[in-house]
Amino acid sequence: MYHSHWILTLLLAIPLAGAFACLGVSGERAGRVALWTTVLEAALALPLFWTFRIGAGSFQNTVSVPWIGAWGIGYRVGIDGISLLMVLLTVVIMPLAVAGSFRYIERHRPAYYASMLVLTTGMLGVFVALDMFLFYVFWELMLVPMYFIIGIWGGERRLYSAIKFFLYTTVGSLLMLVAIAGLVYLHWRSSGTVTFAYAELLNTPISRPVQFWLFAAFALAFAIKVPMFPLHTWLPDAHTEAPTAGSVVLAGILLKMGTYGFLRFGIPLFPRAATSHAVVGLFVTLAVIGILYAAWVAAVQPDAKKLVAYTSVAHLGFVMLGVFGFTAEGLQGGILQMVNHGISTGALFLLIGMLYERRHTRNIADFGGIAKVMPVFAVCLVVVALSSIGLPGTNGFVGEFLILVGTFRTHPLATVIAATGVIFAACYMLPMVQRVILNPLDRQENRELQDLGGRERAILVPLLALILLIGVYPKPFLDRLAPAVDRVLQRVDMLPSVPTARAERALPPGVRLGREAFTANLSGVVDAPPAPAPGPERGS
Amino acid sequence: MYHPILPALVLALPLAGAIINGVGAFLWREDHRVARWVGPLAVGASFVVVAINFFAMKASGTTAASVVSLWTWIAAGGLHVGVDLQFDRLSMVMMLIVTGVSTLIHVYSIGYMRGDPGFNRFFAYLNLFVFFMLVLVTAASFPLMFVGWEGVGLCSYLLIGFWYENEAYSNAGKKAFIVNRIGDFGFLVAMFIIFGIFGSLDFSQVLPAATGHLRYGDVWATLITLFLFLACMGKSAQIPLYVWLPDAMAGPTPVSALIHAATMVTAGVYLVARTSVLFALAPISQAVVATVGAGTALFAATIATQQWDIKKVLAYSTISQLGYMFLAVGVGAFTAGIFHLMTHAFFKALLFLGAGAVIHSVEHAWHEAGRHGGDPNDMRNHGDLRRWMPVTWITMWSATLAISGVFPFAGFFSKDEVIWKSGVLGYPLLWGVALVAAFLTAGYMARLMALTFHGGENRTGEEARGHLHGAPLAMAVPLVVLGVLSLVGGWIQIPEALPLPHVSALEGWLDPVFEPAHHVMAMHGGAAATAAPLGGGELTWGLISTVVALAVVVWIFLAVVRRRYRPAAESPEPTGLSLVLYRKWYVDELYDRLIVRPLMALWRGCWKIVDDGLIDGTVNGLASGARAVGWVGSQLQSGRLGAYVLLFMVGVLVILGTVAF
Repeated sequence: MYHSHWILTLLLAIPLAGAFACLGVSGERAGRVALWTTVLEAALALPLFWTFRIGAGSFQNTVSVPWIGAWGIGYRVGIDGISLLMVLLTVVIMPLAVAGSFRYIERHRPAYYASMLVLTTGMLGVFVALDMFLFYVFWELMLVPMYFIIGIWGGERRLYSAIKFFLYTTVGSLLMLVAIAGLVYLHWRSSGTVTFAYAELLNTPISRPVQFWLFAAFALAFAIKVPMFPLHTWLPDAHTEAPTAGSVVLAGILLKMGTYGFLRFGIPLFPRAATSHAVVGLFVTLAVIGILYAAWVAAVQPDAKKLVAYTSVAHLGFVMLGVFGFTAEGLQGGILQMVNHGISTGALFLLIGMLYERRHTRNIADFGGIAKVMPVFAVCLVVVALSSIGLPGTNGFVGEFLILVGTFRTHPLATVIAATGVIFAACYMLPMVQRVILNPLDRQENRELQDLGGRERAILVPLLALILLIGVYPKPFLDRLAPAVDRVLQRVDMLPSVPTARAERALPPGVRLGREAFTANLSGVVDAPPAPAPGPERGS
Repeated sequence: MYHPILPALVLALPLAGAIINGVGAFLWREDHRVARWVGPLAVGASFVVVAINFFAMKASGTTAASVVSLWTWIAAGGLHVGVDLQFDRLSMVMMLIVTGVSTLIHVYSIGYMRGDPGFNRFFAYLNLFVFFMLVLVTAASFPLMFVGWEGVGLCSYLLIGFWYENEAYSNAGKKAFIVNRIGDFGFLVAMFIIFGIFGSLDFSQVLPAATGHLRYGDVWATLITLFLFLACMGKSAQIPLYVWLPDAMAGPTPVSALIHAATMVTAGVYLVARTSVLFALAPISQAVVATVGAGTALFAATIATQQWDIKKVLAYSTISQLGYMFLAVGVGAFTAGIFHLMTHAFFKALLFLGAGAVIHSVEHAWHEAGRHGGDPNDMRNHGDLRRWMPVTWITMWSATLAISGVFPFAGFFSKDEVIWKSGVLGYPLLWGVALVAAFLTAGYMARLMALTFHGGENRTGEEARGHLHGAPLAMAVPLVVLGVLSLVGGWIQIPEALPLPHVSALEGWLDPVFEPAHHVMAMHGGAAATAAPLGGGELTWGLISTVVALAVVVWIFLAVVRRRYRPAAESPEPTGLSLVLYRKWYVDELYDRLIVRPLMALWRGCWKIVDDGLIDGTVNGLASGARAVGWVGSQLQSGRLGAYVLLFMVGVLVILGTVAF
């Protein structure tokens, strides 16, 4: 069944069916329907991890059915390693997010759970779509339920936050729509056929200046979604006001849309623009600023949820650094870090939500010493916090380390500055942990707190297990990413204007080692003109 | 041929202990029997396996490293890092020290932590620490070593803040973690450069290839080693990152003995020794390491002379002794550095454990007497304790004489070796600094012993005095073992110059490890001198230093014993230079003013001014602008026919006008 083609379609259809079912039942039963739907979804999707053919360079489980024939629009889906991990991340997070809503959501339950399920379809669709039109439909499809989730079930300033979220995102995606149309037009001009198929559009010959314009439109949409500094200010508000599950999905999955978009569309479609010195320089700079700046702002937040929201900006900064470093290590690390961030930040939001359900406050100063009364919670918080700050042995380290060690070869200075982020990460996370679970238990309200119950533990266990598993044995994940990453690199490799380590990948192993080759790499980056293509005699 | 025997078991045993005790901290929190056995036995069994391996390695006579690959950890692009353990002569020495001292301290902890509600949790952390420390010393690659490196830091954090309900204690833990992370940043950057140059992070790929890829004095060698040394400054508490270690004394005293004296804080010395060939290629870095080491040795010793808290004295003493170790590895005397690391593990662990016994006794006596408040760590509240605690008293004297460098105690041989080597390897100034610091060491230790155990007058208070007690058996046994080791531990390495049988067991054992580094240094640095900077041979200076050390001990001891002290609560504040030293040269205050507060202000500015003001101001401004335009537009649609006609006419005129011209 898993080598058959319809598994992805099934995965897209089930949540929609579940959404209708939710609307048909009342009250708490909607939650149960949603939970079972997402559990079924996860059970169906997880075997993909093993049936996925490692090492295959092409898309797998592909389906291509004409939809609007005259416009060359088709229902085209398929997965590569990047999509696979994103799909699995989605199906793992969703049941946990749904189960995490049972206590939090008290109003309009059927509508809420239906929104969550529609959102699931939208997100999965974005990750598997191989047709630009289909992609855009899913991209917008996920926006609407998220808007309602924040706007209806959110906190006090929910309307402001929801509108801010919606407008920010829409501005970007409208420009992207124009760019998609432009791309299709260019393809029609050169080949005579109108098509939205991703695989076809990749072959569109585009002049350099036009590449820049189209890339800019895509990049704006994706950079808002990431979010990159300085386009990030929708995120703290949206996160803070969204209900727990909304924040979990937002951080865990939705933020990956931006980086995924760069990897799938922005870079492969417009490689010449994406790898130009100006663009790479801009994105690396913004990524590094994001890492540091967000960590600084996070360190002075009084609201635990807002603090975590800012850490997302920092973490995604690392991902962007890995992506625009254009090294195999950095890209694999970046994609793995997308998964890691989903797990650890999702878990952080869940934990904070559990506290909020008990105390109805997210103010860090209102807690203190609760390790005494909530020891299980305390252990979970510490493990997740350590994962978030990238302690070796947890998943966070593997991703960050690969990003930095890879990118250092192409952007040494930026990487060193970014690496100071590990210090600032400790500066925002440890004080929060201390002020919540350590220190004297001096408030009466906190003395009566109940430790995590069975449902809550069940929600956290899968995430904690993944934190440790990916931390100690990330190989199965990295193996599945390697061919996809190689394809991205090949795509940019065709261009002479791309300097540095990529060119060396063509060299036989061992030749690129050595001080001379390394310093030549550095000078290739530091000096503005493109480095000469290195011959095999270099560095020997 | 030597094959490691059950290598994974060395690490698996403490890890299993940590897991069992960790589970116990939840499931049988009140029942401490399991932890009491599992905690020490897990580490003790690990020690046995290490010892078996040691003898097997010794018997085989191999000088090569045996690498055991467990599984592939990270493989991406050109990077391949395995979970590989390396058993060679250096890691063997470290494993013996770590598991040996740990076993003793685990046994001691049974007595020290008896009745603590967090007993199981304590042993879980302690076992976990031993596991990570073993990862650190057996790792066969930089990243795996980094796992141990940050892992021990984590355990240190957890154990410093073990009594987490005390805000000062959990602050101390946080401070330790953050300051250490500054060092860890250096470790990371060093790894990036190494991977960039060597294309690998395995010791077996990098270190033998170092001389091929890097020239002597190479800027990259210098950068790598300086960043590595930044990591050492954090972990091993050297200037300017030493500030976390004195605060770390907030942890239970066995933790101070194990983590913050004997093992973890020496990890930096091990790192320099492990990468000795890289340091040998970078003379500038070597000079930096040696200078910072000697500077720290002197600086911390000055502070130690004016502390009243017995653990603070020992904390600064540890920083100072670590400085000696860095002086040694900095000048290229790697064996001497490891030698001092080993003897220091014995006598400093003992000093902390002895201090713990004192604190334990005073605390219990006060508790029994119903007295609350007062600081059991303050030596002004001790006095003449030898009458109640003979075992502690005698063993601590053994350690005191060892650390002061009095012949024939262990510290004499190791410290003399360090000082001598710094003199003959071309660092005359540092040699002088190290000598002065050595005499200060003798001074502050004599003061500590005199204040705590002597003076003929006990200051714990009338009612409490009757409740003072000696160390219970579980605590006494480790004290005695370490007391003996503080005496005989140095005899494995007796210099040829002394009129004694020449022993060079440690040097003979470690020489193959440091051979590449020595080779590089010999090629470029020339031969070592045969006399000290002021003339005189090793025997002369050994004699001078032991006589002066002993003289200082006697002098300070008599001076302190003759003075009358009053309990801490009744004592006046120190003044003048004493106050400056008591306040630790005001470094913490300086850091607070110069670094912490400006940073916090900057961060707040980023949030309030940039994020909320600038960016959101623009965004909301755009939104208001759009709304304003919309409002103007909506005003035009008033519903009045006349207005529409007017607008229509204006429009027609405009269009006609454009067409016409």
